[in-house]
Amino acid sequence: MPRTFSASQFRFSFIQGLLLALVIWALALPVAHAQFRVEMSGVGASQVPIAIARFRDEDRYGQTLSAIVRADLERSGLFRGVDASEVLDEISRPAMAQWRARAADALVVGSVARLADGRFDVRFKLWDVVKDAELGGQSTLVAQADLRLAAHRIADYVHEKLTGQKGVFSTRIAYVTRAGRNFTLRIADADGEGGQVALNSAEPIISPAWSPDGRELAYVSFESQKAVIYVQDVVSGKRRVLANFKGTNSAPAWAPDGQTLAVTLSRDGGSQLYLIGRSGDNVRRLTQSMGIDTEPVFSPDGQFVYFVSDRGGSPQIYRTSVSGGGAERITFAGSYNISPAISPDGRTLAYIARQGNAFRLYTQELSGGAPQLLSDTSDDESPSFAPNGRLIIYASRAQGRDVLMTTTLDGKIRARLVSTNVDVREPVWGPFGR
Amino acid sequence: MSFQRLSSSSAASVLLSAICAAALVGCGSSVKLDDKAPPVENRTATPVDTTTPAQSQVTSVDLTKGPADTTGADRIVYFDFDSYTVRDDARRVIDLNAKVLAGNRAKRMAAEGHTDERGGREYNLALGQKRAEAVVRALVVSGAAENQLEAVSFGKERPAATGSDEAAYAKNRRVELANR
Repeated sequence: MPRTFSASQFRFSFIQGLLLALVIWALALPVAHAQFRVEMSGVGASQVPIAIARFRDEDRYGQTLSAIVRADLERSGLFRGVDASEVLDEISRPAMAQWRARAADALVVGSVARLADGRFDVRFKLWDVVKDAELGGQSTLVAQADLRLAAHRIADYVHEKLTGQKGVFSTRIAYVTRAGRNFTLRIADADGEGGQVALNSAEPIISPAWSPDGRELAYVSFESQKAVIYVQDVVSGKRRVLANFKGTNSAPAWAPDGQTLAVTLSRDGGSQLYLIGRSGDNVRRLTQSMGIDTEPVFSPDGQFVYFVSDRGGSPQIYRTSVSGGGAERITFAGSYNISPAISPDGRTLAYIARQGNAFRLYTQELSGGAPQLLSDTSDDESPSFAPNGRLIIYASRAQGRDVLMTTTLDGKIRARLVSTNVDVREPVWGPFGR
Repeated sequence: MSFQRLSSSSAASVLLSAICAAALVGCGSSVKLDDKAPPVENRTATPVDTTTPAQSQVTSVDLTKGPADTTGADRIVYFDFDSYTVRDDARRVIDLNAKVLAGNRAKRMAAEGHTDERGGREYNLALGQKRAEAVVRALVVSGAAENQLEAVSFGKERPAATGSDEAAYAKNRRVELANR
C-alpha cells in the first residue's frame, strides 16, 4: 500500500515487519441473522496515530459515533487508534501536551445533539496535535437512521484531510447471500454493517451492478426459471424488467452516464454483447463473434467495453469501442482470464485467472506490464474496485464457505468478511455518495 | 432436487408458460433491431440421422397422458468435460422428447443448461447456454419445432450434485428438459 501522506506535518510511527492479525472485529449484522467478522492481516508500514475522543452525548442515541470512526480509520490500514476515554466536544480546548504525551498525532472531537424536529446535529473538529492547530470540522443534520452514515462521513473527512485521498467509509457494497435454497441480495455499509435486504428469492441471484448514481441495482434473477435482468430502485424497492428476451439475459454493466447498459443476450443464438437503454429500449448488438462474448464492463470514459470472449479458443479479456468495430485482445498470459473490472482512473484491469485448478485475482496495468497476483486464495471470483481505486472487493472461499475479501492494490492488506452460516458472494462496490 | 422441480404442478407450468409467452410477445414487439440476422453456430452440433426407422414405429404415443409419462432420467442429457456436443448416448432422450414435441405442437419445453462448479458464474452461464442450444438443435433435427423450445442456462447456480470431485462434476454437466 502506498504510504504517502500529503499532511507531512505528522510524525509517523513506522512499524516494520509483518503484523499478523492486525485487527479483529466482531461485528453483528442487525438485519441478517448472520454473524459477520472482518478479519484482517497484512504488512503494516506507517500509520497515523489518531485519538478519537468520545463525542458529547453520543451514547444517548444508539450509535457510538467515535467507535465507528475509529474502526473505519483502523480498517484502512493507514491509521492506528490511540485510546481515548475522555468526552470532548468541538468547542473543547484540548490539552495538546497531554495528547502528545500519548503519542497521538491527530485528535477528533465532537458532539451529537437532538433537535426539536427529531433530526440530529452531528459536529466534529479535527486537531493537529503536533502543531496544536485546527485542521477543520463540520456540522451536519441527519435523521436518526443516518447516524452511522454521519460517523462514516467523519471518517471520510479525516481520511482525506490526512492522506490526501478520498475515503470510502460512507460508500456501500451489494452482495448476495445463500442459505440453503434462499438467495438474498443485500446492501451494507462498506464495513459490512447495517446490512439491509434488497431482494429475497428461492432462486439464484447473480451479477448485481450499481447504477453510477448509486440509486439503482441491476441484477440477474432466475425467479422465472431463466436468467432475466432486472433494475431495482434501492430506496423504494420498485423494480422493472430490463431484459427478458428468449434465452439467457445476463451480465448487466452500466455506462458511466447511467443511460445505457451493456448486457449479454442469447436471443439471436450464442451469448453475445448488446447495448440497451436504461428502460429496456433501443437494443443494439455490440459484438458479432462465433463464440461466447460476455461479462462486459465500461471504461470510465464510456468509450470502450471490456469483455470476455473465447473467440481465440480460450476465454480471454478483450475490449471494443462502443461505436463498434473490431476487438483488441488485452490478456495473453494463461488460458483462462475472466471477470474484468476497470479501476476508476481507467489505468488498471483486475480479473480472475485460472492456474491449474486455482482461480486467482490478478491486476494488470492497461498501459502494459506483467500480471500481478493479489490473492493467496484459490477460488476467487467477481472483483470490483472501491470508488477511490485503493481497494478491490472480491469473492472467494475459506473454511468451506463463500466469503468476501478486500485487498489493497499491492495485495499487502486484506480483510475478510466471513459469515458462519451463509455463503456470501457476488460483491460489488457502490459509487461515492448516496 | 431437480426431479421435484421437473414434476411441478401443471398449474404452475401453465402460469410459467403464460408469463413466458407474454414476455416474449412483449419483447418481440417493443424492440427495434438494427442488427442483421445473427450467425447460427452449427459447429458443435452433432449430426443427427433423421431417418432412424424406429421413429415411425412409436407414433402411438398417448398424448393424453401428457409429459408425466417420462421420468426424470428421460429429461437429462449429460456432457463430457469442456464439451458442448450432444453425445451418442443421449440419442434415446433426444428422440423421446422430440417425439413428444412433434406429437403436440402446442407443447413447450425449455432446455436448461448447467455446468460444474469450476470457473466464473457468468462465463459458466454462457457455457450452459451453449449446451442448451446444442440440445435444442438436436431436438429440432429430430422433429421438434424451433418455436416449441427455449434454450436457457443456469450455469453453475443449480447443481444436481454437490461435491468437488469428478463424480459430482459429471452429474452437473447436463441439460435438463423442463415443461414450460
